[in-house]
Amino acid sequence: MSTEVSPRTDAPEADRAADEALSPEQWRGKVADPEQEKVDDGTTYRAEARALLRSLLHPYRRAIALLTLVVVLENLSRLAVPFLVQRGIDHGIPPIVAHRGSRTLMVVVGILCVAVVVQAVTRTFFLRRSGIIGQQVLLELRRRVFRHFQRLDVSFHDRYTSGRVVSRSTNDVEAIQEMLENGFDSLITAGLTLVGTAIALLLLDVRLGLICLVSFPFLVLLSAWFRRESSKTYREVRESAALVIVQFVETMTGIKAVQAYRREPRNQQIFEALADRYRRINERTFKLVAVFMPGVKLIGNITTGVVLIYGGWRVLEGSMTIGVLAAFLLYLRMFFEPMQDITQFFNTFQSASSALEKLAGVLAEEPKIADPSSPRLLESADGTVDFDHVDFGYVPGHPVISDLDLHIPAGQTVAVVGTTGAGKTTLAKLMARFYDASAGGIRLDGVDLREVTQEQLRRQVVMVTQENFMFEGSVADNIRFGAPDASDDEVLAAARAVSLDRFVDTLPDGYDTDVGKRGGRLSAGQRQLVAFARAFLADPAVLILDEATSSLDIPSERLVQRALETVLADRTAVIIAHRLSTVEVADRVLVMEHGRIVEDGSPAQLIADAGRYAALHDAWTRSLA
Amino acid sequence: MRRLLPYLRPYRTRWIAMVFVAVVSTVATIVIPLMTKVVIDGPVRHHDRTGLWLWGSAALGIGMAEVLLWIVRRWLVARATMGVEADIRKDLYARMQLLPMSFHSQWQSGQLLSRIMNDLGTVRRFLSFGALFLLLNTIQIVITTLILLAMYWPLGLVVVVSVVPICVTVLRNERKFTALSRKAQDQSGRVATHVEESALGLRAIKSFGREDYVFDRFDAQVRELYDIQVGKVGLQATFWTILEVIPNVTLILVLGLGATAAGEGRITLGTLVAFITMMLSIVWPIASMGFFLSMTQESMTAADRIVEVFDAPREILDGAGLVPVRGGELELRDVGYRFPDGDGWALRHLDLTVPAGQTLALVGPTGAGKTVLTGLISRLYDVSEGEVRIDGEDIRDLRLDQLRSVVATAFEDPTLFSMSVRENLTLGRSDATEEEIREALQVVRADFVDDLPYGLDTRIGEQGMSLSGGQRQRLALARAVLAQPRIIVLDDTLSALDVHTEALVEDALREVLVGVTAIVVAHRASTVMLADRVALLQDGRITHVGTHRELLQSVPDYRYLLAADDEATVPTGGAR
Repeated sequence: MSTEVSPRTDAPEADRAADEALSPEQWRGKVADPEQEKVDDGTTYRAEARALLRSLLHPYRRAIALLTLVVVLENLSRLAVPFLVQRGIDHGIPPIVAHRGSRTLMVVVGILCVAVVVQAVTRTFFLRRSGIIGQQVLLELRRRVFRHFQRLDVSFHDRYTSGRVVSRSTNDVEAIQEMLENGFDSLITAGLTLVGTAIALLLLDVRLGLICLVSFPFLVLLSAWFRRESSKTYREVRESAALVIVQFVETMTGIKAVQAYRREPRNQQIFEALADRYRRINERTFKLVAVFMPGVKLIGNITTGVVLIYGGWRVLEGSMTIGVLAAFLLYLRMFFEPMQDITQFFNTFQSASSALEKLAGVLAEEPKIADPSSPRLLESADGTVDFDHVDFGYVPGHPVISDLDLHIPAGQTVAVVGTTGAGKTTLAKLMARFYDASAGGIRLDGVDLREVTQEQLRRQVVMVTQENFMFEGSVADNIRFGAPDASDDEVLAAARAVSLDRFVDTLPDGYDTDVGKRGGRLSAGQRQLVAFARAFLADPAVLILDEATSSLDIPSERLVQRALETVLADRTAVIIAHRLSTVEVADRVLVMEHGRIVEDGSPAQLIADAGRYAALHDAWTRSLA
Repeated sequence: MRRLLPYLRPYRTRWIAMVFVAVVSTVATIVIPLMTKVVIDGPVRHHDRTGLWLWGSAALGIGMAEVLLWIVRRWLVARATMGVEADIRKDLYARMQLLPMSFHSQWQSGQLLSRIMNDLGTVRRFLSFGALFLLLNTIQIVITTLILLAMYWPLGLVVVVSVVPICVTVLRNERKFTALSRKAQDQSGRVATHVEESALGLRAIKSFGREDYVFDRFDAQVRELYDIQVGKVGLQATFWTILEVIPNVTLILVLGLGATAAGEGRITLGTLVAFITMMLSIVWPIASMGFFLSMTQESMTAADRIVEVFDAPREILDGAGLVPVRGGELELRDVGYRFPDGDGWALRHLDLTVPAGQTLALVGPTGAGKTVLTGLISRLYDVSEGEVRIDGEDIRDLRLDQLRSVVATAFEDPTLFSMSVRENLTLGRSDATEEEIREALQVVRADFVDDLPYGLDTRIGEQGMSLSGGQRQRLALARAVLAQPRIIVLDDTLSALDVHTEALVEDALREVLVGVTAIVVAHRASTVMLADRVALLQDGRITHVGTHRELLQSVPDYRYLLAADDEATVPTGGAR
């Protein structure tokens, strides 16, 4: 198989020209709701981030105190090494030269051995304990974020989009993981080393020590510059990466449309412009590091040179020993090495802290649909539903439902019809408490929906949405989603009730057939049937079907309708349908228009009234001709 | 990895210059501790002030030169590696766009994403410093060890011996760690899949109140991840401790033996100091070898994963000729299609002809293979046997872009991208005029576009305004209309519209379909009415072709599928 793995060249000028012609604003279009983008902006969540961190670490405060002690001990033993080397050289060698034996040297070597053992023990302990605590914190964070996303209401998710949920729960948590894994240990060690060596240098020789410390302000200035610059470019890197990812993922998920409409060349243009932008910004960060890291090294090398000259001069004058000079050179190595680690840490820290802020922002988001503090019990419901002067709108000032009154007695099957945008789905979602009414109340068996827990409510009210989402797993798993404790027989019965069994029999492994990614193994109609079976298995008092039969062929739809007649006999049902055939099983029809119920009655009665429903029905019958 | 080497070629001057600069700077790194020895043993010992200044300044100069070379190297490497990365990324994207549907239905987009972002990043990091440091560290370790042996061989030997346990630890750790890391990566992938699923399925989860159930499944996965990570922590803790302790033990030995030797006059003090400094200077290069080795390993795997995509067969290739398509007669001859996973035939021995300019409705029970058939016409899939012909030409003889400009398909699931409405509509025809766009929107009755905050410039899709199912379907239909194809394929594109809008759109479509060859997948009689003739698809074959009336009268299966009234006769066979 021959492939075109070939290099390409392009001049920077060409990039820039292409970049202008393909500015994202051109093709991406304008965002209707700037708020949507703002959700991502973590700047205002600093306090929340700190509180989150505190609450995550709180259970480990004792362990952390102990670890602090251990890490100090470890650093002391590590810092003692050059000092002991100096002792060995200055005090160990002269006795040997004078043939007075090597006792002093042996003592120094003995102490060194102790220091090394202490270092080994404390180091292992610290790495192990702190690592495990870090992982426990991550586990807790993952759980909290997941739970919270599940708790947040539908209107939040409408706004936030699933892509961002995924990136919060994966990328951002991983950024924190990276800091906990690599950054944290090196920061503590680096910090303690810096302070410790500075003290050791001063203790060894004040004058030489002070000369070394002169380099410190330069280091601080350099770091401050780097931190400022890199945090600026860091943000741009993230943004630019996000654009590349979105363009990529959308191309691949929509590849069918891309290929069918020959979108490839235009996509390639757009992608190349984005990839080049990403490259340029990456280059810029790389060059920042290319200045900073050697900068630290330069300060280090100059200091070492100066120490060598000045120290050498002092030794030569006889006011300092060679051992001290050697210890100085060793300490200087120690002093400058962690600076590199600290920079590395800046990067991980920056991404981790912005990730933490974003997560804190999400966790600080209160679900608008919340359980009451003292919920009323609703063990079993008859299924009477009441809407009492209900107002609702997704955006303030744009009411979708206004002043809606509705009484549905238990056991009634109600069909809702009307044009797109009349508020049918909204009515259904209010009933399932995906949203709360902005005014008025909705009651189930006379109990306001806001007064019961969502768990109890969902046991009584189940909605089959237009999406028919399939989870990873087999057909049986997906049906069982309606009632995880159901027996195999119950699952089969539910499948049979909606005539799903006819299809399942044709599948290679029957009910154990994997539905594939997002149910790709099944056709749209089959997915709807699975969603149906799922709802029947859940056995709720109130069943809401939102366009649940739109992808079925007529015979399947008819079978489902027959099933509905029996299944719905003893429960309340609300059916939203464009196809009036489904409506025929209903006891009652509501015609909606602009968020209001304009007609209400039995199908026969409404046809007789020759109103809107009659006109719809007429159009429908004609369409069947 | 070797397959990706050609990408380095455009930047070869930079690469060569960079390696050269890097080697020189390593030499400077090695020389600096030696200067210490010269200063201590020479001027300091002999009270030579001028010598001290001279040698001291030289040491300072070399230190500054080292830094300068370092800056130059990093500057050179920035453009070279980022350029290579961007070039591969663009080609990879181009390749993925070319690969057939059969490839894309097997690969999760997340898997592809991790290749084009993470794997490529890994390769880039390996190029920008992994490979280089592998070389430089080796040079530094070898030369320094030789110098140490030359300085005073017994001590040098001690150092060489102590390098052995470090190497063993590094190598053993690297193997275990790579295995664990891989496991952790896979597990993170599973966690991510769970998160994605629960985010996309949120409304289903909420409507059944299954938050706890979903959480428990998620929790099992993250706990597994936790266990793997804790295993990694233990391994790392031991590893880093050993790595820090062994050099210190060596230091103790060197100090003990060296000080004795110095006391007995076998080496100078300067040598001892330089010895210790040099010995410590190779600790990091040795320790990091493990890191760079595992990085090499990782980037090899990453490169393999990238090449895998380049190597995936294109399967659906351009035909040779440019045969002009005039009429647009569509003919399927003895067509068979089987799914790539080999689950039997979806279509078999299927024959169908649509004369140029005619509209054919395709009717069949759920799961009969209607959608598969529509995919064959624009070669999203290729037939497994038989052939599809346009104006008598096998479509495999046409160039792909030509075929796809002749055929436009509106899919059952309307795919909209996070782009402006305009960009979404002009997918198949970027040169469409404003007027043509307006016309197409008029056909599908998409007046709602004018109510969007920025009209045609409003961003829609996942990252923009969310639209209802019916609105999305209408835009997808407008896209097909706007492409002005000779052959148009509509795969149940009106299912989410209400009866009223559907009737309006159908009226407008009727005019659009004049003179255009069309296949319309239909579940409803109203849609069938758009067509001149109807074909009934059952069990992967076309069993009947005729007008709606004819089929209603003569084919019970058809009547069963489309008749509105409940008393329709029970099928006599064919349909299950």
